[in-house]
Amino acid sequence: MFGLLCVLTRWISGLFEMSESLHRSLGLTDEEAEAIEKILNRPPNHLELAMYAVMWSEHCSYKSSRLHLRRLPTEAPWVLVGPGENAGVVDVGDGIAAAIRIESHNHPSAIEPYQGAATGVGGILRDIFTMGARPVAVMDSLRFGCPDDPRSRWIAEGVVSGISGYGNAVGVPTVGGETVFDETYAGNPLVNVLCLGLMPADRLVLGRASGEGNLAVLLGSSTGRDGIGGVSVLASASFGDEEREAEKRPSVQVGDPFEEKRLIEACLALLDAGLVVGIQDLGGAGLTCATSETASRGGVGMDVDVSAVPRREPGMEPFEVLTSESQERMLAIVSPDGLADALAICDRWDVQASVVGRVTDGGQLRVCEGLDGHVLGELPAASLHEDAPLYDRSRRPPVDWDEARADTADQLPPPGNVAADLLDLLADPSWVYRQYDHMLFCNTVVGPGGDATVLRLKHPATGLDTGRGLALTADGNHRWCAVDPRAGTAMTVAESVLNLACVGARPLALVNCLNFGNPEHPEIMWQFSEAVDGMAEACDAFGIPVVGGNVSLYNESNGYNIDPTPVIGLLGVIDSLTRIPPGLAWPDGGRVIVLGPGGTELSGSQWAAATAGHKRGVLPDLDYEQHRRVAGLVAGLVADDRLCAVHDISSGGLGVALAEMAAVSGVGFRGARINSHAELFSEAPSRVVAAVDPELLPEVEAAAAATGVAVARIGLASGDRFSIKGLLDLEMAAITDRWCSGTPVSTCQT
Amino acid sequence: MTAKVGVVVFPGSNCEHDVVEAVDAIGGTGELLWHKDCHLGDVDAVVLPGGFAHGDYLRTGAMARFSPIMAAVACFARDGGPVVGICNGFQILTEAQMLPGALYKNQGLRFLCQPTMLEVESTSSVLTRELVRGDQLNIPINHFEGNYICSDKTLAELRDNNRIVLTYMDNPNGATADIAGICSEGGNVVGLMPHPERAAHPLLGSTDGALLLKGLISGD
Repeated sequence: MFGLLCVLTRWISGLFEMSESLHRSLGLTDEEAEAIEKILNRPPNHLELAMYAVMWSEHCSYKSSRLHLRRLPTEAPWVLVGPGENAGVVDVGDGIAAAIRIESHNHPSAIEPYQGAATGVGGILRDIFTMGARPVAVMDSLRFGCPDDPRSRWIAEGVVSGISGYGNAVGVPTVGGETVFDETYAGNPLVNVLCLGLMPADRLVLGRASGEGNLAVLLGSSTGRDGIGGVSVLASASFGDEEREAEKRPSVQVGDPFEEKRLIEACLALLDAGLVVGIQDLGGAGLTCATSETASRGGVGMDVDVSAVPRREPGMEPFEVLTSESQERMLAIVSPDGLADALAICDRWDVQASVVGRVTDGGQLRVCEGLDGHVLGELPAASLHEDAPLYDRSRRPPVDWDEARADTADQLPPPGNVAADLLDLLADPSWVYRQYDHMLFCNTVVGPGGDATVLRLKHPATGLDTGRGLALTADGNHRWCAVDPRAGTAMTVAESVLNLACVGARPLALVNCLNFGNPEHPEIMWQFSEAVDGMAEACDAFGIPVVGGNVSLYNESNGYNIDPTPVIGLLGVIDSLTRIPPGLAWPDGGRVIVLGPGGTELSGSQWAAATAGHKRGVLPDLDYEQHRRVAGLVAGLVADDRLCAVHDISSGGLGVALAEMAAVSGVGFRGARINSHAELFSEAPSRVVAAVDPELLPEVEAAAAATGVAVARIGLASGDRFSIKGLLDLEMAAITDRWCSGTPVSTCQT
Repeated sequence: MTAKVGVVVFPGSNCEHDVVEAVDAIGGTGELLWHKDCHLGDVDAVVLPGGFAHGDYLRTGAMARFSPIMAAVACFARDGGPVVGICNGFQILTEAQMLPGALYKNQGLRFLCQPTMLEVESTSSVLTRELVRGDQLNIPINHFEGNYICSDKTLAELRDNNRIVLTYMDNPNGATADIAGICSEGGNVVGLMPHPERAAHPLLGSTDGALLLKGLISGD
């Protein structure tokens, strides 16, 4: 506590020093400070400077990435709201719209894992119910350093507990995700949280203010000093030594899931009653962001009465109130006539509500002491967004790019013991998802642990079952993207498409969370640009619109940048959900086949990284036309109930896919015609493993032939051994023991 | 006439709609009741659903027992009305001393959301009256504080009076005597940690929970 006070005092006193470098201490460059002066036609005061600093931070303004994100395809007939709003919204049929968003909370989680992850969940939920949708599912994509490093273990345990503690209590199920351990994340863990919400399609609301004289009502928690400068101090700079990281701890917010739960219910009730003109959550950059965004989107101005904001502690300065990132707050725009009813709804849910502002014409954001009182700061609301800097940062491929591409993993020495290498790649993630309520709302037909989560689709207003389903995945692969950010990102999108196919779904919309290193390094900016191009190419090829995204840069500590890690969230629909999709578990006697082309390339594979630390070479070719055929075939076979188990081939290749299916079902495998470790561990795309009832095998093979997809019979699910002729022979106990131990051994060997 | 089941909503409850959906699906009528109300209306049974009433701050169920509606629930129970507490509802019933014992943190000190296999120990409760002793049910749990604990004297009383309703076949949380659910002396007040409403639709992998809820609406 003492340390916290010291840091806070230092930070605040720093702000009041009338020094040249005030803007720098707030994270603004000299050029940016000049631009602000030009906008205002005078030097900004402290409050104004603090407001620009948070809004022009990398986290809020996307100043390094905006230029590139424009290359992503964002349109389709079913897209109701594309990127740029709080969440993307798509029409999923039956009068239902789905809101989806993904966001990173990497930097806070590195410093304070429990609260960092917890407030990550809280923030993404608010983005969803801001649109008028009830949040129905959360997914998280987590990446940590090696589990044998105590600090990484502390972070992993803290993050999982934080998601569990907040997500379960707030009453939104965590239905899936991924957990990856790799030394690349030792200094910069990644915590990406995705949320899906549903609403009647006609209730869509946007975060904009309108109507001169309407009132801005602040709902929820009081405002404290937590999270001040979170976006600029924390999220938009690299990490140095541990002591300095500890000093940043006060910039991490503290979450209260009970407050959030009441806030969700109160806001949805306000929307049901038609009492709000617009609504906006308070996240990064707090009140500054919420007031200026609603005003500038609506083409209006706003007077903000800083003295009316309920505070947690005395003595807070106006700039602290305006930039605090205290959690569980929303800003609702309400007409004066509706105010009494709105306040009554808030009272029912014990949600604090205070009028803190008034919509004005003219576009100026004025911060006052009392609504008609002394003006503390005044600036054009839109200038915080539209005039934010836009950088085309220099880019170049790594100097050893050609050399790296020539160094393929196919040249690595073959394993001495194939079985041992396979065992080292296995890990059961259930220790993570058992801690999450993944069943709430009784929609979860396929929960965590499958290729994709499957949810029943019920109408959010009537509760009526539509007989259809939604499918959802969150996936990334940093090894592929380290080898080739462009092709690796395209392969990640392709894998997500195949994940959906494995549960019988077709893709509808994509969201992305782009986690990269320091954009001021040209190699990192090149990775980013390449990844965007790879994603655009794949989305175009599959006809999937990108409806939202989040960029997390500066994932650098002590000069080390993480592997490029674009995480893809993909939403799909199942047109008829009448039975539980086959899943990974195969029955004794199932004939095991591979659908899709063969593959032997090892570059980018988990095996190459795990056994030799190898992340170079050239990724296997992705043939979009072939991939579409495979995905279509698999989705059709699943829909027609022709497969008794199915699993896509990705991390760890065919070997890990087979071992996971055996481990989950407790039934062994006798295989043949897998001729080498390269065939076993290659992560070549467009392939799935399936188990088929022997009587249905000819029919399945005929269906494959009709669509031009190769089929290979590779064995039989049976017995208590896991064996592949000429390659390995293990007792099933060895597989299940290794699987149940929870974390992979060798991805983290150095 | 269909049985009307009142489902109490505390701030922080989150399973109320799931219970209503499950009750409706088996032919009953679920109706939400607000925790600040003082009357139950004309309901035939009451469910205290799962969730985190009042954030579970202080202690699970510790504040919810003081909600105005709890006096009406206690009165309804005294008159023999069926009252079922699921998960957080069970915790509230123990805090309100409508059922004996308490729910501690799980033995492994972790939240657990997973399927469990249960065995019916007693059919003298409103939930199990349609079942047979020894029936095995697949119903999931979802809790951090589900480790049932009570004094030896209470345990003996529960055993002697057939008040242990459900036990875990593979105890996940360290509960005393594998207890997953207990009932009052009259069998009309039941508390259980597993969530029957989460096992009431074929697409959710089990419909065993519906068997319990059918008992609740079958009436006498």
